[in-house]
Amino acid sequence: MSNELIDFVIVSIAMLGIGIYGLSVKRNAIRMLFAVEIIINAANLNLVAFGRFLPHSGGQTLALFSIAIAAAEVAVGLSLIIVAYRMYQNIDIADFRSLKG
Amino acid sequence: MADAIFLALSVITIGSAIAALELRSLIYGSISLMGTLGGIAGFFLLLDSPFVAMFQLAVYVGSIAVLILFTVMLVKRELIFKKIEDKRRKFAGIGLMLVFMISLGSVIMNSGIKSITTDEPAVDFRNIGADFLTYYWPALILMALILAGAVTGALVLARREDVKNEQRTD
Repeated sequence: MSNELIDFVIVSIAMLGIGIYGLSVKRNAIRMLFAVEIIINAANLNLVAFGRFLPHSGGQTLALFSIAIAAAEVAVGLSLIIVAYRMYQNIDIADFRSLKG
Repeated sequence: MADAIFLALSVITIGSAIAALELRSLIYGSISLMGTLGGIAGFFLLLDSPFVAMFQLAVYVGSIAVLILFTVMLVKRELIFKKIEDKRRKFAGIGLMLVFMISLGSVIMNSGIKSITTDEPAVDFRNIGADFLTYYWPALILMALILAGAVTGALVLARREDVKNEQRTD
């Protein structure tokens, strides 16, 4: 195998950085969900890469679990965004103020 | 050293991750998020784990990206094309990103994993199935329950109570 572990880890760090940038800058709820997806995918890439280089089957198993849980999270998150959009007619999270004291 | 396929995949993945966050239209953003997820599936293929790659393609590119696309289409037209962010927070966010990348990258570059390579054969995907059904079976059942609960919860949350269904007979 010509690729080393460090290459995959560097790609994963870059995706983590992009996701943190998106979470901290964007106020659009759907874009923040995009950023969360990017971070989850960086974590999955790390899991599979370390599992390949050990080598051990636990990395791939855990990545499969992670993908399935992420699917559930996206379904609930999108329906929360739809409910909030119906209440406020907007997807700017600065407008979601009903929990603010 | 990384080969050409790896470099092309990483350019596609990181470039479309940036495009997903920065494109003006949310629809194009979600399509380029599909590119990111597909690029990650390509990395899984490079890492000799085709089962996880196919799972990623089926779950992420096949269902999650389409779900996001449909949700974007439910939103008003002017909200899809409006960019909501402040300039000052943008520079702070770029600074935070660079701090994270440089600090984590320098820690990992100086650690022992820099020289790890492997010549051993890849893990057979039959082992994953055996793992799921022997050691991880409680987690598998729990995951099924969580998925069922999440889908039911999403349906209950997104249901509209102000709309009457004319065809219901009760």
